[in-house]
Amino acid sequence: MISKKVVLRFPEEIAEKPLVSDICKKFNLTFNIMRANIFPRKEGILTLEISGEDNSFYKGIQYLKDNGVSISFVEESINRDESKCYHCGFCVAVCPTEALTITDRKTMRVDLFKDKCIACGYCVKVCPVKAMSLPEEF
Amino acid sequence: MSVFKVNKTIEEINDKIKRGEAVVVNAEEMIDIVRKEGVIEAAKKVDVVTTGTFGTMCSSGALLNFGHTAPKIKAAKVWLNDVEAYGSLAAVDLYIGATAVRKGDPLNAVHPGRFEYGGGHVIEDLIARKPVRLVAEGYGTDCYPAKRIEMEIFIDDLREATLLNPRNAYQNYSVATNSTDKTIYTYMGVLKPHFANATYSSAGQLSPLLNDPFYLTIGIGTRIFLGGGVGYVIWHGTQHNPNEERNERGVPKTGAGALAVIGDMKQMNADFIKGASILGYGVSLSVGVGIPIPVLNEEIAFFTSVSDEEIDAYIFDYGHDYPLKIDNNYALTNYKELKSGFITINGKKVPTAPLSSYNGAMKIAETLKQWMLDKKFFLTKPSAPLPQSKDYEPLKYLKKYEKNL
Repeated sequence: MISKKVVLRFPEEIAEKPLVSDICKKFNLTFNIMRANIFPRKEGILTLEISGEDNSFYKGIQYLKDNGVSISFVEESINRDESKCYHCGFCVAVCPTEALTITDRKTMRVDLFKDKCIACGYCVKVCPVKAMSLPEEF
Repeated sequence: MSVFKVNKTIEEINDKIKRGEAVVVNAEEMIDIVRKEGVIEAAKKVDVVTTGTFGTMCSSGALLNFGHTAPKIKAAKVWLNDVEAYGSLAAVDLYIGATAVRKGDPLNAVHPGRFEYGGGHVIEDLIARKPVRLVAEGYGTDCYPAKRIEMEIFIDDLREATLLNPRNAYQNYSVATNSTDKTIYTYMGVLKPHFANATYSSAGQLSPLLNDPFYLTIGIGTRIFLGGGVGYVIWHGTQHNPNEERNERGVPKTGAGALAVIGDMKQMNADFIKGASILGYGVSLSVGVGIPIPVLNEEIAFFTSVSDEEIDAYIFDYGHDYPLKIDNNYALTNYKELKSGFITINGKKVPTAPLSSYNGAMKIAETLKQWMLDKKFFLTKPSAPLPQSKDYEPLKYLKKYEKNL
């Protein structure tokens, strides 16, 4: 079993194809929508958590790519500049998924669990020292 | 005849530091020492307790002297990286405030504004030894003929670069929450509607003035850690109020005391001083402050052993009451609860987040400890006390505490 959060970018030409529905039927995958957006030029962005058997998962991802969807994995996207972060906690107040949270209540260090991140970008806006970043496409 | 059973002097402790014999612990370690050994034994054993705090402190700024140019200018208006500084001091002195925003910043025109760069960032850039562009305008005089100069400055080229903060290291602070229907963007961070979160801003048991609640050792002239270098307490902080409500340990339940501090920026380190952009609010400066507390007697051992559950803070509504200056609170909590990640407001479990770095405060307390173990840092006796609390009597709170044990 594998479960990963991905950001799918649909160019205008394929925005009307039911590609996500296809991967569910063809590869027996399930998905959970975290975020969806359509831009003025009809380009769409969809953040999903896709789950299924390892093999099927990668086949499904390949199927999306073959059909023109550009894909990035959320956990590989969020980044914290450790030289800037001083573990203040501003981000903890806004992170909706506890990807940024404090687990060690003695040291009060702020942990980043990339697998929980949904690339919402709140931490990027709120970090007072600009330690958090997401690539531009988010 | 002293009222205390243990009596030590700053001179004796400094001699021990010099000989490498001083026992220095941080304020978190002191809690256990006093619990296990009692205040008398702890006072005999421990010489210095180090404290620390590292959070955004808006009442901060830098006093710079950029040296005379040829021809000379009497700089009346000055900008550093497009952030306006105050120039109405002599010819080439200026003061740049931490919260000054950059020329042309959209501010909150599109709410919440990002406030990407400002006075706090200029201070950080100087300390990080980055070049800063200075533009100055004068009206021209016979002795100072230049009307405009533009130059690049580096901290090491400046005659003086002094951090001069009118209010730092607030003794305690409010807990912020939001009762309204809208998300609000405050200096206490982003507060979600309907009490969906709460934020707080103190290092609690590690914080300097919470370990010396009656300012018995910290006063004017106290040598401190400031932004990675050595600094001094120069006055009480603006808004210092020693007569706020206190708990059974003598610890104030609200802001109460504060410190004005000064230090040489050339010694500082950008790991302990950072420009801050606070979403929807503005620009500020995160300042690392550490203060050593000499354990002169058992009462100071008692005060420095304060733990998070013994430090209270009131919860305020920053959505409604605070901006309207309505005096109302949503109960008292303490730092143990706050640091656990949840508090209870109106029977509802509310997640909490800190804004002041406990992790950074600990690094500061440990650095200060190391300085003393390395015989590089010595204690000072204040040349004058800070404004004192009417509530203080020697041993009053220690006796009260021991009675309740």
